[in-house]
Amino acid sequence: MKSFVVHTGLVAPLDRANVDTDAIIPKQFLKSIKRSGFGPNLFDAWRYLDKGEPGMDNTRRPLNPDFVLNAERYRGASVLLARKNFGCGSSREHAPWALDDYGFRCVIAPSFADIFFANCFKNGLLPLVLTESKMDRLFAEAAAFPGYRLTIDLPRQRVVKPDGEEWEFDVDPFRKDCLLNGWDDIGLTLRHADKIRAFEMARRAEQPWLFG
Amino acid sequence: MTGRTLYDKLWDSHVVHAEEDGTALIYIDRHLVHEVTSPQAYEGLRLAGRKPWRTDSIVATADHNTPTRDWAQGIADPVSRMQVETLDANIAASGAKAYFPFRDTRQGIVHVIGPENGATLPGMTVVCGDSHTSTHGAFACLSTGIGTSEVEHVMATQCLLQNKTKNMLVRVDGQLPFGCTAKDIALAVIGKIGTAGGTGHAIEFGGSTIRALSMEGRMTVCNMAIEAGARAGMVAADETTVAYLRGRPFAPKGEMFERAAAYWRTLVSDPDAKFDRVVELNAGEIKPQVTWGTSPEMVTTIEGRVPDPDKERDPARREGIERALVYMGLTPDTAIKDIRIDKVFIGSCTNSRIEDLRAAAWVVQRLGKRVAPGIKVAMVVPGSGLVKRQAESEGLDKVFVAAGFEWREPGCSMCLAMNDDRLEPGERCASTSNRNFEGRQGTGGRTHLVSPAMAAAAAIEGHFVDVRQLA
Ligand code: SF4
Repeated sequence: MKSFVVHTGLVAPLDRANVDTDAIIPKQFLKSIKRSGFGPNLFDAWRYLDKGEPGMDNTRRPLNPDFVLNAERYRGASVLLARKNFGCGSSREHAPWALDDYGFRCVIAPSFADIFFANCFKNGLLPLVLTESKMDRLFAEAAAFPGYRLTIDLPRQRVVKPDGEEWEFDVDPFRKDCLLNGWDDIGLTLRHADKIRAFEMARRAEQPWLFG
Repeated sequence: MTGRTLYDKLWDSHVVHAEEDGTALIYIDRHLVHEVTSPQAYEGLRLAGRKPWRTDSIVATADHNTPTRDWAQGIADPVSRMQVETLDANIAASGAKAYFPFRDTRQGIVHVIGPENGATLPGMTVVCGDSHTSTHGAFACLSTGIGTSEVEHVMATQCLLQNKTKNMLVRVDGQLPFGCTAKDIALAVIGKIGTAGGTGHAIEFGGSTIRALSMEGRMTVCNMAIEAGARAGMVAADETTVAYLRGRPFAPKGEMFERAAAYWRTLVSDPDAKFDRVVELNAGEIKPQVTWGTSPEMVTTIEGRVPDPDKERDPARREGIERALVYMGLTPDTAIKDIRIDKVFIGSCTNSRIEDLRAAAWVVQRLGKRVAPGIKVAMVVPGSGLVKRQAESEGLDKVFVAAGFEWREPGCSMCLAMNDDRLEPGERCASTSNRNFEGRQGTGGRTHLVSPAMAAAAAIEGHFVDVRQLA
């Protein structure tokens, strides 16, 4: 998994509450055999004017000029501002995969849906919670100043604004450790590789019919 | 030390490492793989530069997307074909203990081929990227369905991160009446405890009725444990288990088999084991079950009627019933026997084994008539190539075909309608599968879950009938 330490990036504001996983990545794209390549279909129904199907050349599709991510000033954004209950809906991991593939490294919102929140950490994406009033300020400032960037300093647990102001945020220590080191669940489990091997050898001796 | 349940024993014997908060790394003995939930896992391994930990734990097949007829023409739908071909390529690249690809003589539904090949053995932990993995618990296994990230995790580490659940015992005692089957037990249990009844629990099915079931019947019961909300269902090992496994291709042989069997016989709950919850059923009171709604708990008996929402006092339940009846196109108080159907599906990992097909064929012969004129299609989809050949050697295919049923190639088929077998909007189906959710068998399709005998009888008569009358 990608590690996350200090990230500075352009901010894009998505001013809607209850954005669900089907909105993040519509279900017709889930038949894919890949975990990457979902970026062009992130927020597909909002982003394009036509109906998206797998296999289309997305570069030729008509863009919805009113959708925030299509505005020139937000091109290349890597920090997403969102409203409450972001990521509600299904448990499928395609939603964080799509955000990550698009280029987002951090989503800041007043609250997230549980499973989505956990899935983000599994996929190297930092979901960060700030109060509604702080969110209001970020939305206002991002709209007012083109090129508005934020620095997310995970070791110090600070959001650093362009004016130098710093806001503290909470993060579970274990998840913080995983992100800082780029450990995914697999990486963590493999720290016990010797134990797994020892267990396996004992098992092979006791129940040889389970092997081979 | 106080007694341990079967689940406790299976759990204890697989803990590789436990964190302070109770999260444990559980060693996985058998990993069953199919085409739908594996491609991203294989890709994830490749992207991270990781290799599968132990490929000889993997047994794979293609089942969800495969067509059930015209096999010579391959898979027409390009998206389905791509998934199946991706599995072919992944197995070719990284290996497996066994792979039964599309059109292989031993291909079939993943939960049918594991047991019939002896790839599912007592005392194992079995996982698969599919919720009905609970089926394998019939062999005194700890078996759970997992998500794609977990499929990758198991491939890379041979372990799964798990928290131990509570213990629940469902005890069924007494003689099942004629015409009632394991499917009726499963639906009756769900009707009693609800689809959330087993949440947070591993269910052990016990009691004299369960002991008297064949392995096929036990698999049917464990298969539906997930519909009762439990992540795992299981049955203690006994002589029925041992006898079933003797001679299966991947089961141990000779002296090793006896050694294994001696261990398997210890896979039972201790007499003084404590269960967090016990539910009891009297088998003698079980009647043929038919679901009327859009959740497996919306079930009644063949003698029953469609419920009247006005008689339900709980407003949430009332609304649930109303919504289900609208979707199902049913009027309150309609007798179940008066519900006419359009299609019949005999198959799925719940009911596509040889015993299921025998029961259905017996009903067809006993009624001695052809499929009712109003039925658009009545299909029998064996669970695997081996089941299909066994059935053909017993002449069951001829019984079905002569009566107007379609005899298909093995696969998941209309259980979830990922291939061409599906219900059209509004069509009503008597189905031996496990889920009657909205759209499960095709957008707008209406599913009634029943046993194979009940499905066969409904096909012949065009509406639900009481198979107990055939005694
Ligand atoms: S038969 Fe149905 S429930 Fe069973 S594995 Fe296939 S799709 Fe899933």
